[in-house]
Amino acid sequence: MSLEQFLSMGGYGFYVWTSYGVTFLVLLANIIIPIMQRKQFFVKASKKQRQSL
Amino acid sequence: MFLIPNAVVRFFHRMASPPHFYAFTDKVMPWLIIIFVLLTGFGLYGGLYLAPADYQQGDSYRIIYIHVPSAWMSLFIYMVMAISGAIGLVWRIKLAEIVAISSAPIGASFTFIALFTGSLWGKPMWGTWWVWDARLTSELILLFLYLGVIGLYGAIDDKRVASKAVAILALVGVVNIPIIHYSVEWWNTLHQGPTVTKMDKPSIHISMLIPLLLMALSFKFYYLIALIQRIRIELLQRERNAQWVKTKVLEQN
Repeated sequence: MSLEQFLSMGGYGFYVWTSYGVTFLVLLANIIIPIMQRKQFFVKASKKQRQSL
Repeated sequence: MFLIPNAVVRFFHRMASPPHFYAFTDKVMPWLIIIFVLLTGFGLYGGLYLAPADYQQGDSYRIIYIHVPSAWMSLFIYMVMAISGAIGLVWRIKLAEIVAISSAPIGASFTFIALFTGSLWGKPMWGTWWVWDARLTSELILLFLYLGVIGLYGAIDDKRVASKAVAILALVGVVNIPIIHYSVEWWNTLHQGPTVTKMDKPSIHISMLIPLLLMALSFKFYYLIALIQRIRIELLQRERNAQWVKTKVLEQN
């Protein structure tokens, strides 16, 4: 099977790849958001800690 | 309790303590990621490349490898949320409350994915993006239940009180779970009936079934990874005045 054939998914490429693409993005966001929140938390908390010293 | 070995009891006791749990997640995280990547890799390779096209639906059916596992996860996570919410409600275990509320956004995401990919599958096969049939409608209600849980939790400042309210809402919503599951049998729906979870024999070929099960397992591991990330930030925020968090903050500098 050629790459082009694989990507075309028998003519259903748009439906299949949009499904997989959106799924990937949503699942990725669910990992990145809490990690960013944690980083922010530590930045804020250490600032506070320094002020109180 | 005397039936459960002492070591197991001790393990759960330690895990219910926030600093121990936090340290434990650090240790297991790399293993969870390795298992998740392997399962997803083999699952996608099997589903998108090795498995043959469907004799009726052609290659469009390959959406099944994310659609069905996501739909299963949307129900599974809801049950985890309701049960841990109930445990938090009865025994006031902080970590159970946190598991419940941390599950909500992940469950909502899987519900959205199930609806979205179902729509993209429905268009070429049914000729429509959406119908108000029992399966689709009850799954949409599930999405609203998840969003309701998230909204309610955010609206109450005292997080212990918020957890109580959320647990009650989640428990009431459990009625919807059997409705979703049996909707394709109780009503005449455009959505097809079950092909995998049938009592006799799954009516799906083994070359299509194996990648489907691999993806279902991969999503379970994804849930664990995402759940732990959410639990960590929730723990830090709730326990920001506790000594173990202050020590952690010092270590970060």
